[in-house]
Parts: sequence; C-alpha cells; structure tokens
Amino acid sequence: MKNLNLLAFAIFATVLFASCSNDDDAPAPVNEEEVITTLKVTLTPTGGGTPITMETRDLDGDGPNPPVVAVSQNLATGVTYNGAIILQNETVSPPENITEEVEEESLDHQFFYTSGDGLDVTTEYSNFDTNENPLGTEFTLTAGEVSSGTLTFTLRHEPTKPNTGLNDAGGETDFTTTFNVEVQ
Amino acid sequence: MRSYTLLILLLCSITSFSQNCDNTLSGTVTDLHDGSLLIGATLIVAGIEQAVDTDLNGKFTITNLCDDTYNIQVSHPYCLTKGFSVKVSGNTTKNIKLEHHLEELNQITVVGKAFNNKSKTILENRISKEELERFSSGTLGDALNSLSGVSSLNTGNTVVKPLINGLHSSRVVIINNGVRMEDQEWGSEHAPNVDVNSEGNLTLIKGAGALQYSGDAVGGVIVAEASKIPVKDSLYGKTLLTGASNGRGASLTSKLTKSYQNGWYVTLQGTLKRFGDFETPDYILSNTGVFERNASLQVGLNRFDYGIEAYYSIFKNEIGILRASHLGGAQDQIRAINSNQPLVINDFTYDIIAPKQDVTHHLARIKGFKNFDGFGKLSLQYDFQRNNRLEFDIRRGADKNNASLDLKLDTHTLMLDLVSHLTDEVNLKSGLMARHQNNFANPNTGVRRLIPDYDKYDLGIYASADYRLNDKLLLEGGARFDYNKMNVFKFYRTSFWESRNYDQLFPEIIVEELGNQVLTNPQLNFYNASSTIGATYAFNDKYKVFFNYSIASRAPNSSELFSEGLHHSASRIELGDLQFKSEIGHKIALTFQRNNEIFNFSVSPFVNTINNFIVIEPTEIQQTVRGNFQVWEYRQTNAQLLGVDFDASYSFAKNFRFNNQVSLVKGYDRTSDEPLISMPPINTKNEIVYHNPNFKNLRLALESEYLFRQNEYPNNNFEVFIPETETMEIIDLSTPPNAYHLLNFNSNIDFKATKKSTLTIGFKITNIFNTSYRNYLNRLRYYADDLGRNFSLNLKLKY
Repeated sequence: MKNLNLLAFAIFATVLFASCSNDDDAPAPVNEEEVITTLKVTLTPTGGGTPITMETRDLDGDGPNPPVVAVSQNLATGVTYNGAIILQNETVSPPENITEEVEEESLDHQFFYTSGDGLDVTTEYSNFDTNENPLGTEFTLTAGEVSSGTLTFTLRHEPTKPNTGLNDAGGETDFTTTFNVEVQ
Repeated sequence: MRSYTLLILLLCSITSFSQNCDNTLSGTVTDLHDGSLLIGATLIVAGIEQAVDTDLNGKFTITNLCDDTYNIQVSHPYCLTKGFSVKVSGNTTKNIKLEHHLEELNQITVVGKAFNNKSKTILENRISKEELERFSSGTLGDALNSLSGVSSLNTGNTVVKPLINGLHSSRVVIINNGVRMEDQEWGSEHAPNVDVNSEGNLTLIKGAGALQYSGDAVGGVIVAEASKIPVKDSLYGKTLLTGASNGRGASLTSKLTKSYQNGWYVTLQGTLKRFGDFETPDYILSNTGVFERNASLQVGLNRFDYGIEAYYSIFKNEIGILRASHLGGAQDQIRAINSNQPLVINDFTYDIIAPKQDVTHHLARIKGFKNFDGFGKLSLQYDFQRNNRLEFDIRRGADKNNASLDLKLDTHTLMLDLVSHLTDEVNLKSGLMARHQNNFANPNTGVRRLIPDYDKYDLGIYASADYRLNDKLLLEGGARFDYNKMNVFKFYRTSFWESRNYDQLFPEIIVEELGNQVLTNPQLNFYNASSTIGATYAFNDKYKVFFNYSIASRAPNSSELFSEGLHHSASRIELGDLQFKSEIGHKIALTFQRNNEIFNFSVSPFVNTINNFIVIEPTEIQQTVRGNFQVWEYRQTNAQLLGVDFDASYSFAKNFRFNNQVSLVKGYDRTSDEPLISMPPINTKNEIVYHNPNFKNLRLALESEYLFRQNEYPNNNFEVFIPETETMEIIDLSTPPNAYHLLNFNSNIDFKATKKSTLTIGFKITNIFNTSYRNYLNRLRYYADDLGRNFSLNLKLKY
C-alpha cells in the first residue's frame, strides 16, 4: 500500500517537474497587416494649384489613443477637385498600401462621402468596380457656396451593390473618418 | 449461466481423502460496494454438492468439510455468480464479497462509485439516457436546459452555454467522463466541446459542494458520464437517426459495446451531424449551419476489486455565426439593431463561411483502480486534452481565408483519489491533483493574440467526509486547497500599457520593447481554499431536507486578466486587468423534497454571495478608424445572486402525469446596487405527459414554456453620432426583449424489430405556433429572431 502511494507520488512529481522544465522561449510579436491606420485624401484642383490634403492617423489601432485628424487648408468656392484616397498600414515598416488591396477586391468594397452640418459640397464617383458599380477610391468634389461643416469618408466592406447610399449599403465599416471642412 | 459455472467448478474441483472431515467453514457474504449484508445468497460446494443459504445476517455455515481446498460457487439474485477457492484447515472463516446490484454498478468505476454520491447534501438533478436521447441532434446545453435552474447563454442556436443559477463559463465546471473539460470555457460564445450522444447520463450539482472535481465551481458542476457496461458476455448497441425540418439537417449516431464475463469490454461510438442555415418564422438566418463529427473509443477491464480503462474521444465542430452579426463600429451596430431583420439574408445553404468557429477537442484518459480491504478504493487517472480553437472573421486581402484566432490548449492532469469506508457510518474521500496547461496562440493569424501564450500549473488537494448519524441525519463536510501558477508571455500595446499605468506598476515584467508593443512576462500565483459543509435530514420516507454551505474560490481566467482589444463577435473593445484577485463565492443552498410516485416536488432556494466577482461592463466610448466602439472593462465587485428552483410532478390519472418547473434568479452588484447583466428571467415549464408502458411504451408529451421579460437589468445604452443623419442616436443594448410562450410536442413509441432489437420512433415539434421571439440570453438577439417551428423525426434502433 505504502509502495503504491509512493509510486503515485513519484509519477506526480515526475510529471510536474517534466512540465516545469518547459523552456521559456519568448513568442514572436504579431504585426497586424490588415490594419488600416491612415487615410489620406488628396484633393487636386482640376485647374491646377496646390493640392489639399486631409489625413486621419491612428497608430495604435483599437488601443486607447484616438485618431489624429488634420486638414491642410480650406476648399475654394466653385472649384472642382480630383480626389484620391490612400489607405495605409503604418504599424509596419515600410508602410503598407492598403488601397491596392481594396482596388483588387473592388466588388467587396465601396467608399461613401457624406457632407453634413451645412457644408456645401457635391461628390461624384470616378472609379468603379468590375461590375461598373462605384468603388470610390477616386472621386471628384465640387465646392459650392461659402460654408463650413463636416465631410465624412466611410469605407464599407462587403456592401450590397448597387445601393443608393450608406443607408441601404449594409456590410461593415472598415474605416470611417470625419473632417471639419470650410469652403471659402 | 449458473449451471455452466458450476460445471466448470465441478471439473476443476479436486477431491482428496483425508482423516479429518468434520471442519466447519463459516463467514458472511457482503456487498463489495457498500458492505451491506447479502441475505439469501446460495453457496454450493463443488465435489460434495452441499448447498447452504446465508441467513438474515448474511452468515453461512458449511459443515463436514475435510482439510482440503474446496471450490465454492456463490450466487445471489442481484449479483453476478462467483466462484471461490477456499483452503479449509480446521474450522475456517471466510468472508465473501459479491458485486451487488449488477444492473447499476458494474462500471469500471474508478470514479464511478464516487459519482454515485457526488455531494450528499445538495440535491442533484439528473438527465437519464432516455431523456438525453431526445436531444441527440442538439447540444449538451440544450439537454441541460431541460432542468430547473439551468438556462443557457446562446450565440445563435448552435453555441449553447449552460447557465446554472445565473452563472456560466469559468464558473461552471464540466466533468466529461471523469475529466475536467479544459476547452477555453472562459468564452461566453465557446460552447462545451462534449458530444451529447457519447454520454449515458448527466448530473447537475448547483454549487461547489463536489470538491473532488474542483474548488472553483462558483456556479456549479456538470458531470457527464458514459453508460455503464455490464460484466457479462454481451454485444449490444444502438443507432439514432434524427432528421429536422429547421436547418434541413440530420444527425446520425451509433454506439456498439462488446463486453465479456471476465470483465473486459470495449465501446465504440460515433456521431455525425450536419445542418444548414436555420430559420426564424420569417427569414433565413444566413450562415448558421453546423457540421459536427465526433468519435470515442473506450476499452477496459472491470474486475471485482480492480480495474483499468482507457478512453479516447475526438470532437470536431464547425459552427457558422450569423453573417449579419459581424459588424464594424457603433454606427454599424445601430443600423443592425434598428433593423427589424438581419441586414444580410441569403438563400438557404449548407455552406459555412466566415464568421465561423472550427473547434477540435481531443481527450485521452487512462485510469485504474484497486479496492483494498479495510482501506478503500484507490484510483489513479492521467488525462490529456488538446483543444484547438479556430475562429474566422470576415477579412480582406491575403488573410481572407486565414483564422483570426488560433489557440492550441494542451492540458495534462494526474489525479489520485481514495474513497474509504472508515466505518459503516463514515465515508472519506480524499485526493491529489496535478495539472499542467500550455496555451499557444498562433501568431500566423496576423491578428494580435486575444489570449497570450502561457504555461499554467495547478496543484490541488482535497478531503471530504460524510457521516451517517442515524437513519435520518447525514452530515457532510470537506475542504480543498488549490495552488495555481501562471507563467505568461503577453504583448501589450504600448499605449494601453501606459494608459493603465502598468509602466509604473510593473516595470520589472518587461522583457522587450518593440516600437508600439511591449513584451511582458507576468508570473501570477493564486492560492485558493474552498470548503463545504452540509446535512441531509429525512423526516420520513417521503420528506427530506438538504442543506449545504459551500465556499468556492476561482482564480481569474486568462480573458479576465489579459483581454486588450476588439472583440469582433461582440463588436466591442474588451479590457482585462492584470491585478485581479481570486473570486470567492459563498453559496447557501436548501432543498425541501417530497419523494413519492404519485406526487413529488422539490423547492430549492439559494443565496450565492460572491466577493471579488469579476464582471465586465461598459465604461466609455473609444474612437477608432472603424468608428466608435464601446469599451467594456472587467472589474471586481461584490455580487449576490438569490433565487429558487421549483420542480413538481403529479400523476393525476393512470398513465398521465403533470410536470411543472419554475426557475427564478435575481442577481445584483452589491457595490453599485445595480442588477447584474445577463441574468435569466423567470421561466416556467408545464408539461402533460401520457405514458403507457403496456402499449408499446407510448409516450406523448405537450410542453408549454413561458419566459417572462427580464425587468431588472443594468442600463448600458450609449449615444453615437451618425454622420448620414447628423444626429446622435442611442444604441439600445440593454432593453430585454418581451416575454414569450412556446408550445412543444414530443412523442415516441417502441416497436419490436426483431427478437433482440427495438425500434423507437420519435416525433417532435418545437415552437408549434411558429412564434417570433427573441431571448434575452441570446447574444444575437439584437440582430435576429430566434428559431421558428421545427419538425423532427427520430429513429432509434437498439440491438
């Protein structure tokens, strides 16, 4: 009986020590490649001139720090701009261009532009997916009367296409950012 | 059978002549299991054909024996006939033990015996094999849901987590064939990896009283056991085929057992289950299919006083998660919640795409036991579990078909248990447990680890005893101590690390700083004591009262400690806390029971006071590039749960029975004086059953299930700005859905297929009136209704 107990304890101890002797190899870090940290909108006046940039950056993703939002200058009334959107992942070095992926999967993506709070601008899609539905990484923006308000860019993943706007597009939001904009 | 044994005994008996032939052989015949005296056992001495019966004290006396070795056959109506060889020299005494209750007890029962009295002072609820078979195409959670005091926390209708008296996940311990399930059970959308078809019965203990399993079951313990295998030459099995209209699927399960007189046995079992998209009364729930494949093998030897058994099972389950529940930020959430039906409804399909879960669970176990006279039954068990959990999200680019979560959890456990019958009145259970666990989070997912890599070591020691004071009163008490150590490698986001002040609090655990991440090596130790004390008093053969007070201590789980990021399926950011202490629950449970064939009932009130209760609740709104998310933080508080479970059954006419069940639980955060989230509302089940054992065992049952609206809930609503409408809108995550009533019909009938086989045909309708409803405890209630009407046909062939 005693022997049996001893034996059991011996097995106990062996397993315990065997498991304790695990090596302490540090795990590899994960640098998320799908993350979009940055959205840059470049608005180039069709008649030439200094391009306007709008940028949102959130380098810690869903960490506690909020995104940093910046607009380089105000829009000029009556001017039409060619807009281009660049999405980047800046957690990896060099930064990864996500726009290319979005354009490759054009059927699964669509940008939406929403002006609000009295801002007088109109937008139109300039590029389309392989089914001729809007994609929107490129667009034109025309500034109307002198006004100020918000301009929101929303990228939807797997939206219903075609749609009439954000309300019936469905899908899920991959990126959304609101800029405070003025038309002078 | 008996004559056959006798024949063998005759053949091998040795007759010899000797001078002294007036010896007496005497002794008692007792039950091996509980030592009770066996009256009327027949002893036949081979060679001289002398037969005697044991008297009222289990005693026998055989006279006129020579100095010789005799073969004696002992038989008893409820025992397996046994042969003994006795050397007689002078007047000899020989006490004989027989294995009594053949039909109940011949399992390989290392723990089997222990299982029969898991806790003597808490009323145990059982689900028998017959009841379990009605849930053949469902889940373990569905089966448990049929008990009072149990509800379930669902994610859709295929991820069903049992909720015992309001508590779930890490607070509910599941013992599967003697093995504590280690299957990432902390996750509220992680269903138990147990095939309901591989079990013979389920026992529910609503409390931590069963210390031989664990000391941390703040909510309760669910014990699932395989059917017992008789010690005789036999080959039997069963096949169940269930087809269901909702989900347009079927499940097939088969089990075959071969057993031998010499104690050897082998059982092979397998299940295949496939369902497509389920449906509500009005629409298809897209991407809710399930594909489950399980198998198990059990080989063992069960002898009188020793036994050994090896068991292996594999459980593989692929579960689709409602497509419309996968969301971006709060703006998506508000669209989804405000819509009357899911935002994605596709045509019916069996295909399961992202979001989905794909889980594989291996369980291997070897155990052996030996009975020592006057000492008890000693058993040793080693088990190994490997759980591989893959979760797929909707992703973009090269990672499209890559899992977002890939966890591999390996667990080794060694247990040594001793069950001793110290005296006729006192039983003692004691044991030791050592466990090692390794969690590996695969970095190839390209998504930051939800649960970090860790090694965990557990050591446990327990002892519990029960003392039968007299026929009426039984006392029980026990204590357990557990030590847990966690050695963790965790990457924190630098921004989170600093925002939590961890850089000030724990600078010593930093291993490496890598730009926007910090690698740390937390080493956590937890010392947990738990205990139980209780009494059972029988007023007479009808009325009985159970009282139990138990203290359970639970170390925080890896999710509560280390969560730090977006939880996709909940569409919220979840944050854990490295500084949590163990949670300590004090549960007082009382049961008053009336036991009677015609009318029986039980009333079980309870109070569960939990200190350092870990609760997750919303704290703020966080902006990200996906939009706003609600941040849910784990926090420790003091909680209290109160409730009562009521069961009654009344046979109001021949073959008719009325069953009633009511479960009520209220949960409060005593620090903030707010109700706790996700507490099951009051529910009541009423059933009328017609059962005629004399007419093909026909059983017809009509069940009504009424779930009240939960009126006590914390307000976790928040406001979000919607750019399209330029408005702030409230996201209503709190308001529980309305009460609902469901009517279900269940029937089965037996047919003799051949001489040895029985065919049982079962027909079932759930939600007869095709009622549209949403359940407060279904995590997908924001996005879709629950299931509509379902017809299912169940064929069972026993052979």
